[in-house]
Amino acid sequence: MIDIRDLDVVFGHGKQAFHAVRQVSLAVEAGQSFGLVGESGSGKTTVLRALAGLLDRVATVSGVMTVADETLQEQRSKSFRRRVQMVFQDPYGSLHPRHTVDTIMSEPARVHRLDRIEERVVSALEEVGLDASFRFRYPHQISGGQRQRVSVARALITDPDIVLLDEPTSALDVSVQAEVLNLLMRLKREHGLTYVLVSHNLAVVAHMCETLSVMQNGEIVETMSVQQLREHSSTMPYTQQLLTASLGYDRAAIDAFEEFGQ
Amino acid sequence: MSNSSLLRVEDLHVTYHTPTGPVQAVKGVSFDLGREKLGIVGESGSGKSQTGRAILGLTAPGGEVRAKRLEFDGTDLLNADTRTMRRIRGGGISMIMQDPKYSLNPVMTVGKQIEEAFLVHSKDSKREARRRTLEMLRAVKIREPERVYKAYPHEVSGGMGQRIMIAMMMIPEPSIIIADEPTSALDVTVQLQVLAVLDDMISERGMGLIFISHDLNLIASFCDRILIMYGGQVMEECRAADLAQASHPYTRGLLDCLPRLDGTREELAVLRRDPAWLEARGESV
Repeated sequence: MIDIRDLDVVFGHGKQAFHAVRQVSLAVEAGQSFGLVGESGSGKTTVLRALAGLLDRVATVSGVMTVADETLQEQRSKSFRRRVQMVFQDPYGSLHPRHTVDTIMSEPARVHRLDRIEERVVSALEEVGLDASFRFRYPHQISGGQRQRVSVARALITDPDIVLLDEPTSALDVSVQAEVLNLLMRLKREHGLTYVLVSHNLAVVAHMCETLSVMQNGEIVETMSVQQLREHSSTMPYTQQLLTASLGYDRAAIDAFEEFGQ
Repeated sequence: MSNSSLLRVEDLHVTYHTPTGPVQAVKGVSFDLGREKLGIVGESGSGKSQTGRAILGLTAPGGEVRAKRLEFDGTDLLNADTRTMRRIRGGGISMIMQDPKYSLNPVMTVGKQIEEAFLVHSKDSKREARRRTLEMLRAVKIREPERVYKAYPHEVSGGMGQRIMIAMMMIPEPSIIIADEPTSALDVTVQLQVLAVLDDMISERGMGLIFISHDLNLIASFCDRILIMYGGQVMEECRAADLAQASHPYTRGLLDCLPRLDGTREELAVLRRDPAWLEARGESV
């Protein structure tokens, strides 16, 4: 479904150039959930934004990206824009504060000249567990979890095949996170969606995905199945350290931490 | 005052008077703090940060703090005058905030900021302050203390910024540290390294720590004892080691809704909130 070959992303030019992503290749099959894991600055979000075509004016992107047999051009096709949707990290920053939920959700439908917009908005809201009365509220009138549901509903409006999820629950309380993760799993089953999930939380990725890549300093360190992650059978010391760290505070283990990269 | 208890909080209430009526952020919280690591865990709006701030008299204007007892080292914090509170803040109880980007002074070098924290509580010379500052930077495991001393906060990484905060809070030698989500803005490995620095200093100096966080796993593995807060009240108190056997439905709910590395990919349990949790305790004060 998604195939990325030798992706490089460089921000800036000359002396100021910053090589954010180096030689990243990955493949995601249809109906799969693929996780990208790493610490801040590892380039995981940049890979996602490069795929979505959000970097073309701010960075030099090279490499070959193919989505469902379509080789992506710098100017993405309209069908790509419809088939690939994104959910962002911060539900406070990614919904227009002066637009109602109805306006926010019908905009992608209008852009793609879809019919029965009102019907689509109501049914997408229903799918994410919000009733039709939410249509006429503003983002500040609803909770963080409800906002993230609206973001998911907005992504569903164009009936996409692929949803790119950039830390979709890291701004939420754990009880709300569980609800949103369950929602995402159900939608994936019902619509046969393909997910690419970026997260720093290994447990969330283990819960959602079948395969994951661990990134560090712009490169993929290791790609493995979630089963391998669970069995701690990773071969790379960086991944093992990340795993140890995500299990909680262990004074003795911390002294053994190494500095990686640079 | 007994040597086991540094801080006594009994029936603490924090109420904000708003145009739409009073909002009770903290409703009857009680605990004693000894030379230990006490964790306060809860979701947003549980009152955990408000509890920490009320102890230091840092409740925002418009907030009213009441308690049967709020006592540090024999001093009644509720009725202490400004002078006494200035002495206690930093010198007796100090606070580490969440994000070093916002809580360090951006236009002052790291060294000068730490020195200032020292000189406010001491009559020593500037030369001594500088010596102590460098020593403290070394103690929080900063490799090039001389360079960091002269650096501005924007020139250091997040993990180093938080070590600098710890150095600044430790230098007046307080007996209690309140850390409000001190590592939530950091990457997981850096987070643990910063906590290890804090942990070592607290046990070496025999201090008390109140560690406020939303991260149940982290608190369970880092602290000695845990208070679980919800809706401004303490739902349950337990030893950190016994968290897995916690009995309150709210605590159980929080534990069950976490995705687990070794878990299955079945649906996560969803927390069902029961209004009765908040009615169980009577109103007083």
